[in-house]
Amino acid sequence: MSGQGFKPKAFQKVYTRIDNITKATCTITAQGISNEEMAYVDGRPAQVVKINGEKVTLQVFPGTQGIATNAEVVFTGKPPSVKVSEEMRGRFFDAYGLPIDGGPAVEGEEREIGGPSANPVRRKQPSELIATGIAGIDLNNTLVTGQKIPFFADPDQPFNQVMADVALRAKADVIILGGMGMSNDDYLYFKTVFENAGALNRIISFMNTTENPPVERLLVPDMCLTTAEYFAVDKNAKVLVLLTDMTLFADALAIVSNRMDQIPSKDSMPGSLYSDLAKIYEKAVQLPSGGSITIVAVTTLSGGDITHAIPDNTGYITEGQLYLRRDTDISKVIIDPFRSLSRLKMLVIGKKTRKDHPQVMNACIRLYADAANARTKLDNGFDLTDYDRRCLDFAREYSRSLLAIDVNIEIEKMLDTAWSLFGAHFTKEEVAIKQEFVDKHWPKIAEKA
Amino acid sequence: MATHGKVTGIVANLVTVQVDGPVGQNEICYITLGSEKLMAEVIKITADRAFVQVFESTRGLTVGCPAEFTGHMLEVQLGPGMLSRKYDGLQNNLEAMEGVYLRRGQYTAPLDIEASWDFIPLVKVGDLVRAADWIGEVDEGWVKHKVMVPFDLEGKLTVVSVVSAGSHKAGDTVAVLKAADGSETSVSMVMRWPVKVEVRAFAEKVRPFKILETGVRSIDTLNPIAEGGTGFIPGPFGCGKTVLQHAISKQAEADIIIIVACGERANEVVEIFTEFPELDDPRTGRKLMERTIIICNTSNMPVAAREASVYTGMTIAEYYRMMGLKVLLLADSTSRWAQALREMANRMEELPGPDAFPMDLPAIISNFYSRAGFVKLHNGKSGSITFVGTVSPAGGNLKEPVTESTKKAARCFYALAQSRADSKRYPAIDPIDSYSKYLEYPEVTGYLDANIEDGWVAKVMRLKDILLRGKEARDQINILGDDGVPLEYHVNFYRSEVIDFIILQQDAFDKVDASTPIRRQQYMVNRVLGICDEKLSFVGFEQVPTLFKKLINILRQMNYQEFNSDQFRSLESELDREIAARRVS
Ligand SMILES: Nc1ncnc2c1ncn2[C@@H]1O[C@H](COP(=O)(O)OP(=O)(O)OP(=O)(O)O)[C@@H](O)[C@H]1O
Ligand SMILES: [Mg+2]
Repeated sequence: MSGQGFKPKAFQKVYTRIDNITKATCTITAQGISNEEMAYVDGRPAQVVKINGEKVTLQVFPGTQGIATNAEVVFTGKPPSVKVSEEMRGRFFDAYGLPIDGGPAVEGEEREIGGPSANPVRRKQPSELIATGIAGIDLNNTLVTGQKIPFFADPDQPFNQVMADVALRAKADVIILGGMGMSNDDYLYFKTVFENAGALNRIISFMNTTENPPVERLLVPDMCLTTAEYFAVDKNAKVLVLLTDMTLFADALAIVSNRMDQIPSKDSMPGSLYSDLAKIYEKAVQLPSGGSITIVAVTTLSGGDITHAIPDNTGYITEGQLYLRRDTDISKVIIDPFRSLSRLKMLVIGKKTRKDHPQVMNACIRLYADAANARTKLDNGFDLTDYDRRCLDFAREYSRSLLAIDVNIEIEKMLDTAWSLFGAHFTKEEVAIKQEFVDKHWPKIAEKA
Repeated sequence: MATHGKVTGIVANLVTVQVDGPVGQNEICYITLGSEKLMAEVIKITADRAFVQVFESTRGLTVGCPAEFTGHMLEVQLGPGMLSRKYDGLQNNLEAMEGVYLRRGQYTAPLDIEASWDFIPLVKVGDLVRAADWIGEVDEGWVKHKVMVPFDLEGKLTVVSVVSAGSHKAGDTVAVLKAADGSETSVSMVMRWPVKVEVRAFAEKVRPFKILETGVRSIDTLNPIAEGGTGFIPGPFGCGKTVLQHAISKQAEADIIIIVACGERANEVVEIFTEFPELDDPRTGRKLMERTIIICNTSNMPVAAREASVYTGMTIAEYYRMMGLKVLLLADSTSRWAQALREMANRMEELPGPDAFPMDLPAIISNFYSRAGFVKLHNGKSGSITFVGTVSPAGGNLKEPVTESTKKAARCFYALAQSRADSKRYPAIDPIDSYSKYLEYPEVTGYLDANIEDGWVAKVMRLKDILLRGKEARDQINILGDDGVPLEYHVNFYRSEVIDFIILQQDAFDKVDASTPIRRQQYMVNRVLGICDEKLSFVGFEQVPTLFKKLINILRQMNYQEFNSDQFRSLESELDREIAARRVS
């Protein structure tokens, strides 16, 4: 196991008497120990989580099974850290930042993880569009550098594939992948996709797979983000951080707080879940120097329930969310236009993109909503009006040519496609877009009533 | 001699300190860690052990670290120079901090006490004054900033000396006051006040009687908020709480706007930082930033300071209220403040109330809301704090402790509906569930009828009735089908749609539509009610949506045009023609 084989150095404090052992923690009697410092218990990485007089409680990341009361406890005197340098590119690490790809250890500057927040007055307003080619994103939910946004998806949906597509098309200087509870197959999938795209030297990965202890996951986001800060702040790079799956991260938080006897709040989650998640997501930043950190995450839902504490708190923190949904009409996975939202899109649409973008986007969604109403009527056995039927036709084509995740076109093309759908199915009044745009973009041939 | 102590225990930001002398509840102390001093507040005392919540990360703290107690509670500094400042929850000046990242233990002065101001005395030697009386004034931008008798001085005091008009430094003595017992107090332009204590040096708090225009139609027209009143905006994530608050902060006819970004996103504050210095205040022609103070303790900043931030904002608001100004205080989101309380209560292993929130949450919330209000000052002038907070209910379910407690404390309820947000009907304020208790105040209804038009309140009630009837009609249509209901149901439904699209919905991102002055609201309400009163003839229910969608389309375009402009008028004629064509002759 990684982290094992650790040799204490001369100045480090070593103890060999553990007073208390629970599933996840050990308590020992020690002096001069600092809060949150790292230690090794029988060679396993651990962190100080509580100090009461001389009683020091350590959270043992891999768990405590098999640890004896006379196991060796070594304090490092330092909070958890990661060595950052250009050498990290193309490399795969575990949750402690140790290589898992067979390569040599990385040399670099050692930085504390989970560092302070950016001063809000030093941030810049995000304004740079991230094009993904996926119209469900670029047209309806445009992403911007410095944004933080999760995919809300059921576990059986292809969120990792969509993330990989987004990552590769996003033109980021550095992509940092944080895997939490990722299946080995998915880990290998990402590895292969990145390799095949010839993008490996832009990518750095920190992996906690299903084969690793769950509590170790807690380190992954901070590892990723401290590395991201190195590239964004020191190297002015545009960094894209992918975190998948944050639900499994939160589950690990719950395990720990539960074992620390904290009073759980909603859904057995710790009362601090909001702050814990916000500390991670708020690392997304647009810096004045041009560097940026954008976070695209995955939050898996259970049975599509977004009122569960994990997606709920996430939604309150992130700048929108992207829902994946299987559209049975076209039997493809689409980005659901109803509940998906990029809150920062207002900063770029119609400004960095064509002027008609906001209105076209809204009109599409409104008509798609009318189609949903028509569908309800149909399901309830009522007659459809001519307008209802046209809405349904529109919705099907809209879904296929714009919402499906396999779409990969330029934004101008997306807008033109939308206009041609309007022209094919509706009158100008029904579409209700500002006259100046209608004059300019309404398809000439398909003119209707 | 100041009390000292040593750290004996640490769990996250809850630290226990063994003390060598007296300590007070809520007293501030500083814990020394290497070269850094970490500010903390006493939240519980048992014998010689003080439990303190540290306003910073406690990483690296060890048992034995020394602590020094200050003898006072968490305070703010009040004086000229606060407008357009950006503070954190503890009133540190964020602009003055070094580096891109916040450094622990870095505290910056909220005010520049060396800055010079043109002081004009308002009292003369021998005058009798009392707490909060105006001693003089300085121009803080466009605001006549009053220099006041410190709020904590008791009884009548005699002015022993006062400096003459001219340039003086904020920190210099501008007057000396003598109390009845002969003790003298030097007064400068700057004073301190503990944030958890209301400034009550006014004559009386009166019932609100007039409305505060926000420019948001579904507030001003449907459920107006009173000047000095309270309101809250609960809603699931992404339904538009922040956008609505920002819209209010840009347009409301207040003198001073204080925005507390409490445990929310940094990028949202950056948006204010970026936009407000560019946008004009419609009333003064100056930049919006000049009437604004921002307290930002975003979600990633220390949790304990988040709890303090709302009090910091309220205290600054109270200070400006004592100058006879109209202050609007906005807090986004009060749920994050409640969560900060919860995190601390849990660490203290207190017996939890519902959803693990502290038992006294309702009392804390109502206490806070009660600090808003319309006050009469001793000099006959009046000032006000109107407070609007957002609430972020867990799971979007309004049956949760923060929403329920706030509902008891706030008088206006602007519930944002997920279904409205999903169909992009912004602002998503639910017209049926939301209410303003002020519409039940005879003072307020009298004011509305006198200042907008005679019979206005009755018109507002009609709007509400039509909306309700429209909803009922839609439910029936959904159950019985388009042709299963009388044609009148379709008409009723579309009447409510006209109100929805034209009065309720408002594009916060359009230059013109974003803000509607009350005169324009009045005009459009009359137009829309006029349409609802029309007797129109239809052959078959299909004709109903066709006509109404046309009307809605024209009316919407009108909303986007300058009021009474040529385009506005020409759209209006088009509207009249469409109606005339269907009118029963
Ligand atoms: N009046 C409006 N006009 C147009 N769009 C709006 C309006 N109000 C909200 N929106 C859209 O909804 C998004 C979310 O709004 P907002 O950030 O105010 O939500 P919120 O309720 O504050 O959410 P949270 O609780 O997560 O902070 C905005 O980014 C914008 O896209
Ligand atoms: Mg918000």
